Amino acid sequence: MTMAEPLLAVRGLRTVFPTRRGLLAACDGVDLQLAAGEALGVVGESGSGKSVTFLSVLGLIRPPGRIDAGEILFEGRNLIRLPAAALRTLRGRAMALAMQDSLSALNPALTIGTQIVETILAHGLARSRAAARDRAVELLHCVGIPSPDRRLNDYPHQFSGGMRQRAMIAIALAAEPKLLVADEPTTALDVTIRAQVLDLIDRLRRERGLAVALITHDLGVVAERCDRVMVMYAGQVVEEGPTAEVIARPRHPYTRGLLASLPSLEDPDRPIDAIPGQVPDLTHVDAGCRFRNRCPLAVELCMQPVELRALGANRLSRCIRAEAVA
Amino acid sequence: MSARFVAASESELRPVSPLRLALARFVANRTALASAGVILAFLLLALAAPWVAPHDPAEADLFRRLQPPVWSAGGEWAFALGCDGLGRDILSRLIWGARISLFIALMVIGLAAVIGTLSGLAAGYFRGWVDTLVSRLVDTLLGFPYLVFAIGLMAMMGPGLHNIVLALVYKEWVFTCRVARGETLAAREQDYVEAARALGCGPGHIMLREILPNVLSPVLVVATFRMAYVIILEASLSFLGLGVQPPTPSWGAMVADGRDFLVDAWWVSTIPGLAILALVLAINLASQGLRDAFDPRLHPS
Repeated sequence: MTMAEPLLAVRGLRTVFPTRRGLLAACDGVDLQLAAGEALGVVGESGSGKSVTFLSVLGLIRPPGRIDAGEILFEGRNLIRLPAAALRTLRGRAMALAMQDSLSALNPALTIGTQIVETILAHGLARSRAAARDRAVELLHCVGIPSPDRRLNDYPHQFSGGMRQRAMIAIALAAEPKLLVADEPTTALDVTIRAQVLDLIDRLRRERGLAVALITHDLGVVAERCDRVMVMYAGQVVEEGPTAEVIARPRHPYTRGLLASLPSLEDPDRPIDAIPGQVPDLTHVDAGCRFRNRCPLAVELCMQPVELRALGANRLSRCIRAEAVA
Repeated sequence: MSARFVAASESELRPVSPLRLALARFVANRTALASAGVILAFLLLALAAPWVAPHDPAEADLFRRLQPPVWSAGGEWAFALGCDGLGRDILSRLIWGARISLFIALMVIGLAAVIGTLSGLAAGYFRGWVDTLVSRLVDTLLGFPYLVFAIGLMAMMGPGLHNIVLALVYKEWVFTCRVARGETLAAREQDYVEAARALGCGPGHIMLREILPNVLSPVLVVATFRMAYVIILEASLSFLGLGVQPPTPSWGAMVADGRDFLVDAWWVSTIPGLAILALVLAINLASQGLRDAFDPRLHPS
């Protein structure tokens, strides 16, 4: 593996769920790349396929859902071809997931310490329970929980929301993964705690070269924390590029719509432009642009299949009128 | 900083497990606590039978045949609860009989709880054919009337202590299994199970370390509740002569022994009957207390 090769490369990923109305492709032809030490923001509204994409990467799609096509290369290995047991050892050890709701993501019947210790022992990263416990103290200390040796014996309900979130990140990082998928890690937190949690993820990324996929619908968080952003709509990547450029000059009408629907601090009186219409029914999509029914720039030609195409260095857009988007 | 303040903050920092909270609620419930006391008394009596029982439970003295209890004319303190049709001391037989009843009940409930919990966990977690297999087996067993089923098995296997336990376990596990399966079905959809999978935990680890602690309390409640039924069933089998064989004392057999003298010597049947009633009532009330203590819906915090 060369240095230039990304830690994670996904190509043409298509994950489907059978429903009564037919096959639903929750993510359809998704390509993405993520290098060690990089933070990728994944933005989109609910149902855009951003979570499904990364659950597919982690191999956590539950039957009857399945990965239909594509490849997921992690350190050059195709995870789709990997047997279940081999994939399981990769989970936690190589890649980890931090969930949105830390209260339900932590087992209410076990102490925080037990949950960290069990994870460490399950991956054989400590020789004894005592060693695993020392490591757990270290981890809690690392995520900024005061008097960690005592808090280890606490149950999740005794932690505050921010502490729970940090404890969950500590558990996720117990086996020192290379990739952290943070699925809306700060949505349930207030602003100050949110900054603390994001600072923590930032620090781990810089210090340990952790690759971070930050799934969120909060463009503000992405703008602050991620170098690169990927915008998803109706199961497809519609735009990708360096965050600053994408926010300054969106090249897809959906991204522009998302930005316009954010309240602005500089100009609080500016009316908020919600995107009209609704996401198309994913069981019945045609080959054309999926955003065209809500798009102010839509033309006849949008009925034709639209490819994700490069627009200058590092920028991708799935819009035939990308140049017209301002 | 005053000493009182330190004490308060110490107690706040002490970890409070859900189990401990439930226990505190149980202890605060007087009926449940009293019932637990009655059960404990029976247990102690049963354990201490060789030292507590005033007489040999099998020793027959025909001169004392149908001797009434101490409070009736002709009774004496040495045989406080009177004697049965063979002149055996009822109190001693009652105490030894508690041993049999409780031993069988605990064995049956223990085995049934282990089998039921494990099969329920597997059925609820794996779903698919495992679930179909377990659930259809459960449905089939539920189709048989319990007592008839147990009588049939006892007739096939012959009487004896081990066979009673087996005959009852054959069906008893079904009840814990159903509860464990239902709770597992709910628990497996929880985020913490998904999180454990994301951390690379295998199915065994997830079932036993993540889900089991969360289904344990309802299983515990059902198990105690079912124990009352098992005691009645064992007494019924012994009453029918299919249970423990004489001269080993058993409450059900003692009730049966007194049938012929019900008019002349009511105490021979009534006293073991009252013992069954007291123990079953205590278990029911205690299990209700347990349920209230564990069910958070009844206790908004």
